[in-house]
Amino acid sequence: MEKNSIKRIEKRKDFLRSLCFLSPSLLGVGVFFIVPFGVVVYYSMIDGVGSRNFVFLDNFIKLFHNYSFLEAAKNTLHFSVLAVPLAVILAMVLALMLEARIPFKSQFRTFFLSPMMVPVASVVLIWQVLFDNNGTVNEFLMLFGAERIDWLQSDYGLYVVVFLFLWKNLGYNMILFMAGLANIPKELLEVADVEGASEWYKFFAIKLRYLSPTVLFVTILSLINSFKVFREIYLLTDDYPATLYMLQHFMNNTFKSLDYQKLSAAAVVMALVMVVLIALLFKVEDWFGKDVEG
Amino acid sequence: MKKKRYFGRFTVFLLCAVFAVLFLLPTVLTFTNSFMSEQELKSNYGVIFDSLQGGYSSEKVNLKFIPDKVTFSQYITGLFKSPDYLIKFWNSVLLVLPIVIFQVAVASVAAYSFTRWRGRIRSGIFFFYVILMLMPYQVTLVPNFLVSKWLGILNTRWAVILPGIFAPFSVFLLTKFMRRIPYSLIESAKVDGAGEWQIFTRICLPQCRSALYSIAILVFIDYWNMVEQPLILLQDADSQPLSVFLSSINSGEIGLAFAMATIYMIPPLLLFLHGEEYLVEGIANSGSVKG
Repeated sequence: MEKNSIKRIEKRKDFLRSLCFLSPSLLGVGVFFIVPFGVVVYYSMIDGVGSRNFVFLDNFIKLFHNYSFLEAAKNTLHFSVLAVPLAVILAMVLALMLEARIPFKSQFRTFFLSPMMVPVASVVLIWQVLFDNNGTVNEFLMLFGAERIDWLQSDYGLYVVVFLFLWKNLGYNMILFMAGLANIPKELLEVADVEGASEWYKFFAIKLRYLSPTVLFVTILSLINSFKVFREIYLLTDDYPATLYMLQHFMNNTFKSLDYQKLSAAAVVMALVMVVLIALLFKVEDWFGKDVEG
Repeated sequence: MKKKRYFGRFTVFLLCAVFAVLFLLPTVLTFTNSFMSEQELKSNYGVIFDSLQGGYSSEKVNLKFIPDKVTFSQYITGLFKSPDYLIKFWNSVLLVLPIVIFQVAVASVAAYSFTRWRGRIRSGIFFFYVILMLMPYQVTLVPNFLVSKWLGILNTRWAVILPGIFAPFSVFLLTKFMRRIPYSLIESAKVDGAGEWQIFTRICLPQCRSALYSIAILVFIDYWNMVEQPLILLQDADSQPLSVFLSSINSGEIGLAFAMATIYMIPPLLLFLHGEEYLVEGIANSGSVKG
């Protein structure tokens, strides 16, 4: 009896102590994220900040009939479908290439990582020079008889942004893959070598199996990152690009008109999509956590 | 067989080299072009920046690596003569430094709490932090905007700094590092009569010094590069950081923009060259969302 109550007091003390250490962060997160997000949810279901009539899903229905929102969502999705598979596969290829015994390995890693450190704003001028109507890429393609394209204003604009996205993100993903490769048991690969397995066999039978959690993790992470693509487009073009109107553009321009209902509804919709994706991420880790230890 | 292997390795090397050139090109070009004189830049790229203004010209663009004549005049203008750029640079510093310092400070205390005590409520909170960390700006900007308005800090630096300080990324990563500290170390300190604060400052923090460093680097690059937050929360152009301002170049000032772009990349690049290993360590550890 006595012992039990001491234990309980000890436990409560521990809880209070943990709260003490956590409180600065919790307070900030509460004030800057949780409470206002609650208000956002509330705003998404009323008809106006002035009148405050509860309309439940009306704002969402309106949002799904809003042309620019649909356009932005479509463009963002289109971008993700193009960029994510490339971001995963190319990063894996880079990581695998750096496994080979080649000279200047660590320098290559540094080079591949370097775009991560370069602010987009700094190199944006060069991208403009490369992809302008009179730009270098066009000059180069015209050598092969291709037509001049105004990349950023055409349907190809998306490819330019995919290129930029890859340039920026491959290094990060590559490091994740390198960490995954380092977790493969060495003995397994040595046995395969002794048995005379080909590089292809080793890749498909051993490496890919051990890398599969990483592949899924990088896929979902890249998907999430692909929603964030905006910076590059904004810096390359402006508030209203011809073909590259993304979700963040929609948000920014709605901010200017201060339409809280539309903004809140859009934020809630995106939060819901993200929660689904993140739940998937957790499921994937649970699933693989049991399968391969890594 | 041996010969084949050799050729395989050569191909890989060649591929790596091609990728390396692609990855380095924009950075290197920005750097070298910042030393070109304004006239040379005009004759090379004039076409592009004319066409941005609406005019059309059939002249060819001429991408060049090495300037005909190296000049520092843009740097001199940017650094000494026209204070606009320098003020914007300083704005960046004023926004990013407090975020890095206080985010890491707040996070290290919180991470200690997550490391030291576990329970259903706390793992629930941690789970929530991970979700919040992965949310894109489209979601978090609206709440941020509302709070800034209520607190009356919209269009001041605090509107960017305060939410930045409480961003949960560092908490997440640091918790993962701290959980690797051997429990016996903490236990023996406790037996010796150390209080929680002492355990935290004397054992935990020194143990994860390299983690703190790698997190600081990651947070620094992220915010040094920010565009979305200042665009919404700092509508006053005077207080915007250089990362936003650089994109609004004038066709007459390409050279200046190149020079300031180069200056703007120096701090993150120096950090990178100095702490690449820490950075890699930090990224590698973000490779799973479970604590």
